[in-house]
Amino acid sequence: MNNQISFTVNGTKHTLESVAGETLSTLLRQRLQLTGTKIGCEEAECGACTVLVDGEPMMSCVYPAERADGKTIVTIEGLAQRVHEEMKLHPLQEAFVEQGAVQCGFCIPGQIMTAYALLKRNPNPTSEDVRFALKDTLCRCGGYPSIENAILAAAQALRTGEAVQKPTHIPDSIHEHKTVGHSHLRPEAVEKVTGKAIYTDDLTFDGMLFAKARRAMIPHGFLTKLDVSKAKALPGVVAVLTAEDIPGEHNHGLVIYDWPSIVGIGERVRYVGDSIAIVAAETQDIADQASALIEAEFDLQPVITNAVQARQDGVPQIHEKGNLLKHIKVRKGDMEKGFASADVVFEHTFHTPATDHAFIEPECSIGVPLADGRMEIYVGSQIPYQDKTQVARALGWNEDRVRIVGQLMGGGFGGKEDIMGQIHVALLANVTQRPVKLLFDRHESLLVHPKRHATQIRVKMGAMKNGRLVAVDTELYGDTGAYASLGEKVMTRATTHAAGPYDVENVRADCYAMYTNNPPAGAFRGFGVTQSAFAVESMMDMLAEKLGVDRIDLRRMNALHVGSITNTGQELKESVGLLECIDRVDAEMRKHNSDPFTPVVVPSSPTLPPEGKGVSSPFGRGQGEGHLIRAWGFASAYKNTGLGGGAPDKSGADVELYEDGTFQVRSSAAELGQGLVTVMRLIVSEEMAVAPEKVRVLVMDTDLTPNGGPTTASRQTFVTGNASRYAAKTLRDEVTATMAEKYDVKPEQIRFEDGVVHVNGHSMTWAEIYKEMKAAGQNPLVRYEYEAPKTKPLGEGGDMHFAFSFGVQAAEVEVNKLTGEVRVLKVISANDVGMAVNPLGLQGQIEGGVMMGLGNALTEEFLVDNGNVVTDHLARYRVPGIMLTPEITSIVVEHPVAAGPYGAKGVGEVCSIPTTPAITNAIYNAVGVRIDKTPVDQELIANEIWERENK
Amino acid sequence: MNLWQEYKRPASISEAIQALTSATGSVMPIAGGTDLLLDLKQGRHAPVHTLIDLTFVTEMKALELRGDELYIGAAVAVNRVATDPLVGTHAQALVEAANLIAGPQVRNTATIGGNVAHALPAADGTIALTALNAQAEVASPTGTRRVPFTSLFAGPGKSSLNKSEEIIAGFYLPLTKKGQASCFKRIMRPQGVALPILNCAVWLEREGEIVKDIHIAVGPGGPIPFRATEAEDTLRGQSFNEETFARTLEALLGQAKFRTSARRASADYRKHIVGGLFSDVFEAAWARAE
Repeated sequence: MNNQISFTVNGTKHTLESVAGETLSTLLRQRLQLTGTKIGCEEAECGACTVLVDGEPMMSCVYPAERADGKTIVTIEGLAQRVHEEMKLHPLQEAFVEQGAVQCGFCIPGQIMTAYALLKRNPNPTSEDVRFALKDTLCRCGGYPSIENAILAAAQALRTGEAVQKPTHIPDSIHEHKTVGHSHLRPEAVEKVTGKAIYTDDLTFDGMLFAKARRAMIPHGFLTKLDVSKAKALPGVVAVLTAEDIPGEHNHGLVIYDWPSIVGIGERVRYVGDSIAIVAAETQDIADQASALIEAEFDLQPVITNAVQARQDGVPQIHEKGNLLKHIKVRKGDMEKGFASADVVFEHTFHTPATDHAFIEPECSIGVPLADGRMEIYVGSQIPYQDKTQVARALGWNEDRVRIVGQLMGGGFGGKEDIMGQIHVALLANVTQRPVKLLFDRHESLLVHPKRHATQIRVKMGAMKNGRLVAVDTELYGDTGAYASLGEKVMTRATTHAAGPYDVENVRADCYAMYTNNPPAGAFRGFGVTQSAFAVESMMDMLAEKLGVDRIDLRRMNALHVGSITNTGQELKESVGLLECIDRVDAEMRKHNSDPFTPVVVPSSPTLPPEGKGVSSPFGRGQGEGHLIRAWGFASAYKNTGLGGGAPDKSGADVELYEDGTFQVRSSAAELGQGLVTVMRLIVSEEMAVAPEKVRVLVMDTDLTPNGGPTTASRQTFVTGNASRYAAKTLRDEVTATMAEKYDVKPEQIRFEDGVVHVNGHSMTWAEIYKEMKAAGQNPLVRYEYEAPKTKPLGEGGDMHFAFSFGVQAAEVEVNKLTGEVRVLKVISANDVGMAVNPLGLQGQIEGGVMMGLGNALTEEFLVDNGNVVTDHLARYRVPGIMLTPEITSIVVEHPVAAGPYGAKGVGEVCSIPTTPAITNAIYNAVGVRIDKTPVDQELIANEIWERENK
Repeated sequence: MNLWQEYKRPASISEAIQALTSATGSVMPIAGGTDLLLDLKQGRHAPVHTLIDLTFVTEMKALELRGDELYIGAAVAVNRVATDPLVGTHAQALVEAANLIAGPQVRNTATIGGNVAHALPAADGTIALTALNAQAEVASPTGTRRVPFTSLFAGPGKSSLNKSEEIIAGFYLPLTKKGQASCFKRIMRPQGVALPILNCAVWLEREGEIVKDIHIAVGPGGPIPFRATEAEDTLRGQSFNEETFARTLEALLGQAKFRTSARRASADYRKHIVGGLFSDVFEAAWARAE
């Protein structure tokens, strides 16, 4: 029995038949095609689906559509107003664009709708009001400070009728150029604030089927029996495929092909997320039901639950070659001599858990078979060309039959490098010859994709009395889970960076990257260095205390500098801005507190800090002896830019001039919210001396864009930035040559300025240049394949990486002595990025890096219990929201690297790495509790203080 | 798999009860649904054929003074509870609790009745209502009746109502008089499920420096929302000082049944922090009652 429901959406009345079980978000997205409302979790946790119902913000994913009867709904598509022929953005939308609050964009409709409701209710909100209203609207890019600024700027514009304020706190680069080095807006920001931006799940194709992968849901065992007959018999099911139906290569993988696309009968299941069958059906509902009807039996095997256990004798071996993925070794100097010469030697062991990227956009792939026998895959992927290879191998096809059409990504952070649904939809689309969509729900996303490696890190440190480090010995265990993914690379980075950004004569590190029956671990912003930096930076503070040396002086004394030899034997010849980062963070911190590491008791503080609005207690017990203690903490880090280790690090870019005088730059490098598209646009704009608006950017399409390589290792600004730059430069040279010949002038007399080309005294537009080039038989298109400076594999000495970025952070925390609760109040983050190509985008990366580091320190822990995932919903895996956002001060340090574009190197990762140890060191400084396991456990802090004070 | 097959939107309590008792197959009333729909989706609740939406029931959306009591309908959204001036005047603890339930968007959908109906021993709204000495209005085929608030609960997650024919219709709260005030606070941890480690609500009546009367609720202090009656008895008629605080806390610890919740808090931790929480809440309420 269906009811009719009538309601108004964005001013238009609709009367529809109700559908059993339908939520408002589904109705809006699927029946009204209002795809600006995003689905991040479908558990009322992330806020991306926020719409206004009768003026109030609601999560449409848990709002029964039938309840909308008689109500008025506003979605993101309803905010911009058509004025004459043009769409005029709402001041909120404009402010989000101007203030750089838009990164991946996936959460933005929810942020804006929530803010819109706030401003309707309260036209003059304080920062506190904004934070209170946006408490549960998550932004994984971590752009909360910019989001807050945008809302306050929009409120002001709405109140005063004046234009939306632009950010005033972001300095230009110290390296002077016309376009690069100045703040510019993202080309795709307007689409993202109006809900027009299309992500994979927003696409539909005629006749499209919906897929579901049946997961093993056992951590370890052999698949002994599989019966898909009931699933096949279910009306609406079009295909059910098992391992036998894979025409080509059964395994996939980024480095080692060890990950079965579908586990076959008799084969080994290595983690709960392994698929054993895949279904395509007419509706998602039928696909889900069919998947549940598949019957499987397993011969269960003992579960390997952690990396240390995996290396023990006599335990089951998960892979043919054993449980050891790789023993990684770093050797420098003479350890015995080093430790013998030390005045102080001590060691400590640290533990870090797996963590999840929790990008707000879950994985989605759509396979579309083409009439000519080719296959298109629509997917948000960090490595489109590797998807192409892996899909082709699974199908048993030549690669040229597969086209990856990369889509906007709602965040990646390393978590969208591996194959998720790409092969499954290709197999199903190939068999059914219909388009097939496979969308993960949050549960599946948490279960299946690779995580950050859980580690155990033991550091033994030897130093002279004055603090000079003489020997650092590290033993690391990394849990790479069921499959290799990028585990070897990640743990190599953890190992080579294990002694910190310091010049140490004697270094040894041994890392055991181990297979276990946990979900795989792979790339995640920081790439192993997040873990080892936590260990070594804690050790540095412990050493400072043992020696009575100032902890900042200790870091200065040992800091890498030009001329240092790294632990892998690389001489640093340029671009080592670590000391400047240290000095500038130190100076900024001392503006707040001249004695930053001594605990400060917040006078008369209540027992508990206020959590909500207006809940603060007027006075506390034992006045003058407050429970809240504040102190600062300090940490340094470095991180390579680029793949390094001898891997050829290449990127291709096309730059083409069009008839209308505009340009397009193309590369399959991935835009996941980090701002690469803007960087490419600015670089071409700089080189061609045209306005950025004259440059369009196309990325991630393997038919239309050359291979930009993986978007990983903070490499794209460097490699694809350079590829774009050299392609543009080459095009410019070709234009110069053509014009010089045609007009018989010296090449020096041809100048490129202000959007035109000056040829011997008169200026020509680029549209004219296009004609001239064509007339001369020249196609104004250049493809450039850039190859970064060669690197050496680990163990061979020499340059293992072509550039390093440096980051230093100080964090001020407030610890509640009674409850152990920790709040981070301020973070100062200095990063040596070589050169800031787009300072506005850089700001977003740096704020987001701090937020991700803060989550790593305080909130995030991906829990697995004997191979079974405990944190299998977003409600159980908490990522930091706006309420946890500290005041973040960014200091940009620019020691250029000669080979980088205008001196630039990577920043995406280094800005996130020192946050955790800065926070945990601050906790120690405040209350004397050394955190050696993340995330910080407040109960442990409370207990240690309790035991100490009651001795 | 559809979360429901049939969806009913009764306009009155009697229609709602009628729909509940006449439905064929499994049936559940749904208020905000922000928990129920997730429980259904994630398999924590058995599939339901018919949902009866209570948010169209006008009587259950009333929030008004009735004689010398404040009435809050069970289908009133949490955010309305948090912002309504009547609640602000007469039930500050409930305002504070409501402001901390879930997030802003969820509070616009979630209802105060739903917060109670889940029968969690540490639900913020429930703990506030416990200290405020609320009475619940229960509707059944034979009409409505009033019951003491804590009698709604049979155990963790277990209601004492007959779910096949009864629903919570609303709550009656005594009005706050001069010298009376309340407060609610809680302690969280930033990881894992957003359930409080510990929460506490205090309602008190002050006469000069003497605690004339007091209600203390702590969650989770037992299988159902816990009233610390022994602590109340200890403090009633006394002034609040180090000595009476120590005795009150001792009584509270003696009566409460703190237990360890995996990955959230150990019983010892709860015992360790409850004194600070209670004294903060007490002192805030005390200052307000001046």
